Amino acid sequence: MTSKTTIPVHLDINGQRHTLELEPRVTLLDALRDRLGLTGTKKGCDHGQCGACTVHVDGERVLACLTLAAQAAGRTITTIEGLAREGELHPVQAAFLEQDAFQCGYCTPGQIMSAVACIREGHAGSDEEIREYMAGNLCRCGAYPHIVAAVRQAALEAAS
Amino acid sequence: MRDFSYLRATSVDAARQAAALPGAMLLAGGTTLIDLAKCGVAEPDTLVDITHLKGLDRIEIDERGAIIGALARMGHVADHDDIKSRFPAISEALWQAASAQIRNMATIGGNLMQRTRCPYFRDPSNFSACNKRVSGSGCSAIGGVTRGHAVLGTSDACIAMYPGDLATVLVAFDATVRLGDRHIRVDDFFLLPGTTPDREHAIEPGEMITAIEIPSSAAAHRSTYLKVRDRQSYEFAAASAAVGLELESDGRTIRDLRVALGGVATKPWRARAVEAALKGKVLEPEAVRAASLLAVEGAVDHGANHYKIELAPRVVARAILKMGETA
Repeated sequence: MTSKTTIPVHLDINGQRHTLELEPRVTLLDALRDRLGLTGTKKGCDHGQCGACTVHVDGERVLACLTLAAQAAGRTITTIEGLAREGELHPVQAAFLEQDAFQCGYCTPGQIMSAVACIREGHAGSDEEIREYMAGNLCRCGAYPHIVAAVRQAALEAAS
Repeated sequence: MRDFSYLRATSVDAARQAAALPGAMLLAGGTTLIDLAKCGVAEPDTLVDITHLKGLDRIEIDERGAIIGALARMGHVADHDDIKSRFPAISEALWQAASAQIRNMATIGGNLMQRTRCPYFRDPSNFSACNKRVSGSGCSAIGGVTRGHAVLGTSDACIAMYPGDLATVLVAFDATVRLGDRHIRVDDFFLLPGTTPDREHAIEPGEMITAIEIPSSAAAHRSTYLKVRDRQSYEFAAASAAVGLELESDGRTIRDLRVALGGVATKPWRARAVEAALKGKVLEPEAVRAASLLAVEGAVDHGANHYKIELAPRVVARAILKMGETA
């Protein structure tokens, strides 16, 4: 599989601008992890089924594994590395710690990125709604009850 | 994933021209196309990215109906206040589809172009026979594991199920696909497999979906989408029903009824026999259950998917009765 050619791709990630030479087929996920060393975004299924690669593009949660890096050029990208402000954890990160909302931690960056957006969208109004709107993030350890508790806590904090 | 060239379209006309060339495909949300490229099913030479085109994501609603731009994303349409109030089945079908992340990516136009989830179709390295991928190569599903395959609209060449939710609602309410100046009913946009399962949509090279149009109706206003599946969320339908109901002023006689099925057929499946059997009748559970059996007239199972023939009429009946309870 030889590359046709590479193209320059400008990416705005966590407030920093990066310019990469990429094959057009490179996904945003592979660009983040393999080219920029931003390995907080995880590769789970690589087919849009698990949510481990969830990032924000223009403030909305999307799957980095099904987004071409070239397609994301010109958009504002936020990854788990860009969530904390000046050493302060994002409230959702803090809630995941407080509620012990993980076991192995592999799905956690995706869960947190998804939860931040879920709360912002107004889809964290009840446990039932949280479960529905967090359904795109699988946790093989089955930490779901604590994840729901963390999202609920962060949603309440955001509302107060 | 095989490499390809990437082209960012600057206008609808430029996109149409570029995508008309052999080996070129339009790229919108990518949730089907990039996935299938990774599976080795889609092998484009060029992807024409249309997601940066302006103005194609508008949602316009007036008394005649709704026009939804091709690049409006599923999540936005699902959460749109006027869609929720005037076309509730559309919102319900959309928020019960895929995941929040995928709904933020996937566009309405791309949703209509979604391909089947048939595991044989998706796995060319293990199953070379698939008439949908390569015309005349055979069907690996027939005689295989068929629990998720269609029971309606199948042929000897293909039993792949159409997996979408939105289009099931669209056929129930006589929606239209706009391909620029050419408008075509959604029901006609999706093709039965017949002897050419590789041809799924009535769209020609050089054409591009620009919008869908849903006419207003009392039935669309009083509508629902009931989706039954193996797990509660983030799953395709085992069977689903889009139902719209309009009653006479007596509050019990059916004036208009729309019924379409998802998860059981090779295309979004309008159940006109159910509608005809109940129009003018009094809405009562026994009549609804009896008429709902007509939804699977002509169904053919392939073993493990037999349950769909029993399940689908029950889903239809439950959806109609649920609509009857709302006033």
